[in-house]
Amino acid sequence: MLEVANLEVVYNEVVLVLRGLSIEVPDGHIVALLGANGAGKTTTARAIGGLLGVHEGKATKGSVTFDGREITNDKASAIVTAGITQVMEGRRTFADLTVHENLMCGGFTVKDRSTRQASYERVMELFPRLKERRRQVAGYMSGGEQQMLAIGRALMTSPKLLILDEPSLGLAPQLVQQIRDIIININQEGTSVLLIEQNAMMALSIANYGYVMETGKVVMDGEASKLLDDDDVKEFYLGLRSDESGNRKSFRNVKHYKRKKKWAS
Amino acid sequence: MDRIKGFNPFTSIGSSALTVFIAAVVLFLINRAIFETTVLVQTLAKALGLGAVYAIVALGFVLIFKATQVVNFAQGGLAMVGALFLSFLAVDEHIPFTTIQNPLIGIGPSWFGWGLSVLVALVFAALLGLVIERIVIRPMIGQPLFSVAIITLGMEAFLRTFANDSVRVQLRPLGIPWGTGGFTLGGTVGDNGITTGGAFVAWSYVAAVITAAVAFVAVFLFYRSRMGVAMRAVAFDQEAAMANGINVGLVFAIAWAAGAVLATIGGIYATQPPIAQTGAVQIETQFIAFRTLPAVILGGLDSVQGALVGGLIIGLAEISAGQYLSQFSGQLGAGYPLIVPYVVMIIGLLVRPYGIFGTPEVRRV
Repeated sequence: MLEVANLEVVYNEVVLVLRGLSIEVPDGHIVALLGANGAGKTTTARAIGGLLGVHEGKATKGSVTFDGREITNDKASAIVTAGITQVMEGRRTFADLTVHENLMCGGFTVKDRSTRQASYERVMELFPRLKERRRQVAGYMSGGEQQMLAIGRALMTSPKLLILDEPSLGLAPQLVQQIRDIIININQEGTSVLLIEQNAMMALSIANYGYVMETGKVVMDGEASKLLDDDDVKEFYLGLRSDESGNRKSFRNVKHYKRKKKWAS
Repeated sequence: MDRIKGFNPFTSIGSSALTVFIAAVVLFLINRAIFETTVLVQTLAKALGLGAVYAIVALGFVLIFKATQVVNFAQGGLAMVGALFLSFLAVDEHIPFTTIQNPLIGIGPSWFGWGLSVLVALVFAALLGLVIERIVIRPMIGQPLFSVAIITLGMEAFLRTFANDSVRVQLRPLGIPWGTGGFTLGGTVGDNGITTGGAFVAWSYVAAVITAAVAFVAVFLFYRSRMGVAMRAVAFDQEAAMANGINVGLVFAIAWAAGAVLATIGGIYATQPPIAQTGAVQIETQFIAFRTLPAVILGGLDSVQGALVGGLIIGLAEISAGQYLSQFSGQLGAGYPLIVPYVVMIIGLLVRPYGIFGTPEVRRV
């Protein structure tokens, strides 16, 4: 189980990005982390994965604990070994390397050859598409295939927790559906998932629990089904709110001050 | 999905120029082979010796570039300091404190002692590489590559100052057992038992070729390993590599240690024929890195095969120009063979901007 408690992250020693963020990812669950641009979602992923250093960031307060062990500000490789792997925003596949080599890099921390081979087989089973393209250079594949490769690469370590940062970014709706099914599949095999998304509908439709972030902290959380029903989430994240008679609301008739979120004081 | 191919007028000019050039060279070599076999054999042996040294030094550049995406400008400094380590150990300190009468150079370290000194010197060089990596390169992980490249330039200035200061104007011998000697191929044995004619082949050519072969086989095997693939991943995207649990610091350390070792080997050979005749470290030893640069760039900065092929081509071009164009040295200037590598590099780049084996940037269209 991953626990982030009152985490505060500062970039360049001045830019305060996370201000007391607390989230929990219980074993075997899918947890969605929603929020607009600049809310701090990716920073949260970096803080958990130990990648803040690259961006001159640092967790100054609070803690990240995984299975009861504190991993705040640990090295990225130590965190991967502990069982948390993340798929970074924008896929970030190694474009120069072949699919096979990309997956080998994913399994870098796995010392044992036969374990690595087993993970490799599992990834190939999960993504038949990658099997076909094993020898192809990753940079020439389509966006969807690259996203599959990025997820497959992360699965090579057989993580206990998989962090997915915007897996639906830049993909066609049909591919988003495919990625969604894959996430469900991965979760059913026993991996917990922290799903960071702007596509709130997709994320909440598969998550057990959801958090809504704004300006560096959680403003709302609850069961995914509850969030889906929430009026403010509907209005601000799903764009679904309709008026009493059931028609779609025209924003032309809405005064700005009337569109106020209930959590904004 | 194809690699982007823009029209480049220089490419066609360059390739036709190259074709004519290669044809001329081949015809010329055939002519020489018939009329002056001995000179040709001697030239080729010398070219092979020089090419092997270039290939070794180029391999050091390539290893560090493939891991860090940075051309390590400190390679020359590392070469000289590494060679100085050997001079301290083998000649000043006589590790392991024995000398023998060596048939080739008179009094000097024994073969065993010298070999041991070389090993220790290489270990020191690797440690120096590790220290430099740890102190000045590691803090730059994830930072712009340009900054890192400039840091290596600063490192070069630092190492060069240290090395120049310890060499000053005198020569620092390395105690190489085979010295600058060699053997003769062919020729006729006269009545007095002295061979006349024949092609002279220095022992250092043979040694350089063997060393290069060992180094390249080792590096090829390394790149097929888990760590080798991880090294390429780190070169492509450090942050993504970290997110996958690859220990970027360890990869950098291995690359720098190996780079320093290869630079040192290059530095040692840079004191011997055909590069120098003294068998001793001098101020010019550090220039081996800059003399190798055309080979690295011609072969492709990120390619191991490129280092080998580029080194051999540049070695051949430099030596054969020195041999066969010597009658024009009045017009060309005395040091003209040193310019030849750069000319070959420029022609090569017109045809293949990424180098012969370099990887063009992967792009989707």
